[in-house]
Amino acid sequence: MRNDYRARNHPAWWAFLLHRLSGLALSVFLPFHFWAIGQALQGEARLDSLLRWTEQPLVKFAEIMLVLLLAAHLTGGLRLLALEFLPWRDWQKGLLAWAVGAALTAGLAFALAL
Amino acid sequence: MDMLQVSVWRGAASGGYRTYEVPRQDSQSVLDVVTYIQRNIDPTLSYRFACRVGMCGACAMTVNGVARWTCRTHVAKVAKGNAIEIAPLANLPVVKDLVTDMRGFFDKWARALGRFVPSATRKDAFARVASDSPGRVAADAGIECIGCGVCYASCDVVSWNPDYLGPAALNRAWTLVNDVRDGARRERLVAVAGDAGCHACHTHLSCSERCPKSIAPTAAIAGLKRAVALAAWKGEL
Amino acid sequence: MEGGTVSSTGQGFAAEPVAVSNLSAKAEVWLWIAQRASAALLALCVLVHLVTIIYAVRHGLSGAAILERTRGNAAGLAFYVVYVLAIAVHAPIGLRTLCQEWLAWRSASLNWFVAAVAVALFVFGLRAAWAVFA
Repeated sequence: MRNDYRARNHPAWWAFLLHRLSGLALSVFLPFHFWAIGQALQGEARLDSLLRWTEQPLVKFAEIMLVLLLAAHLTGGLRLLALEFLPWRDWQKGLLAWAVGAALTAGLAFALAL
Repeated sequence: MDMLQVSVWRGAASGGYRTYEVPRQDSQSVLDVVTYIQRNIDPTLSYRFACRVGMCGACAMTVNGVARWTCRTHVAKVAKGNAIEIAPLANLPVVKDLVTDMRGFFDKWARALGRFVPSATRKDAFARVASDSPGRVAADAGIECIGCGVCYASCDVVSWNPDYLGPAALNRAWTLVNDVRDGARRERLVAVAGDAGCHACHTHLSCSERCPKSIAPTAAIAGLKRAVALAAWKGEL
Repeated sequence: MEGGTVSSTGQGFAAEPVAVSNLSAKAEVWLWIAQRASAALLALCVLVHLVTIIYAVRHGLSGAAILERTRGNAAGLAFYVVYVLAIAVHAPIGLRTLCQEWLAWRSASLNWFVAAVAVALFVFGLRAAWAVFA
């Protein structure tokens, strides 16, 4: 017998899924990120033209999502480190809420900075 | 009288859901429903139970997708309108209908060295263990486990990783790691180390969410992660 | 149960953990330690990185503006080298677990793939850090 979404429908499980998927998305993004920055080797003009490409609204939106994913992965990761290394207390379940809040704050700060 | 539409898994690994109509009562557990079906409608239905009062864990099944003790699950709490779906526990081979083969579950218990290994004989004095010592408090948090399998059935790492020892076995190992009388601490840490052991836990917390005795295997597993990592760091593994 | 299922090592209990993918259980423990250690380090690096991103977005995102801040910035280079190193440890270990659990990929080839990802991230990350420093 296999479990389906009904067995998984609780906050800590969604936190896990977000953490894993954000990690995967960031891992896929990183090679492009390193390539883009590496373009600076070809001079300032090359970097500049790349940066102008990123000014398109769709790219800006993707950037906001990436920052959100990074913040979510970070705060989710801190929550995991707390769960694994600190003495176990029931309030740790509330860590999830703090993690989500912090992630959204970071994303918002980025979006507003734009 | 309201009639419940009860979907029950019939068969083994292959099979299907069959629907039965069961009279709905005001005070009715899911175990009552299964019992009614077997006694009044279909005597070929196979299921397990023993105490019927929430002490033995034998009646654990999947009710509307969630692993529960059926004797402790009120129909009113889980019925969607008048519909209930009852299936055997997940992550275990199905023998027939609602009965699962739990040998794998208990084999993993043994593989995690989930049994006490004595370090003294009857000739020695009694061990003196303060009940408020940190080790004893940690052990006491997990010793009420009766091996019902609900946590094991709820764990996705068990589903995704066939070698994973699972929350119950690891929880038991943790209670013994914290038992000062036990004589096999190092062997037990070795037994629970690695991706088949405690390090595969991703803190989904499904086990702790579903445990009918409110035990938190996740906490036990976190403790094992720390203990094993420390032992590895010190070269003791 | 007599003649039980636990293998005997003379003391009547088994102490041989099963390893999931061609690594010893001890190696898997060290991977876990490395994952958590790099996570802690990355928590700091990412925090700095997020602050820098927000600062950069406010104070100019042209090639000139960025390079003006990073060229010859030895502290910045050192930071990025540490950052890239931590990523090259952290991301592949995470990907490894994902592949084992969701793709049922457990053979030795997984370890080689993951090692290749680690090297690639390290090399291209260093290249990027150097590109804005030099």
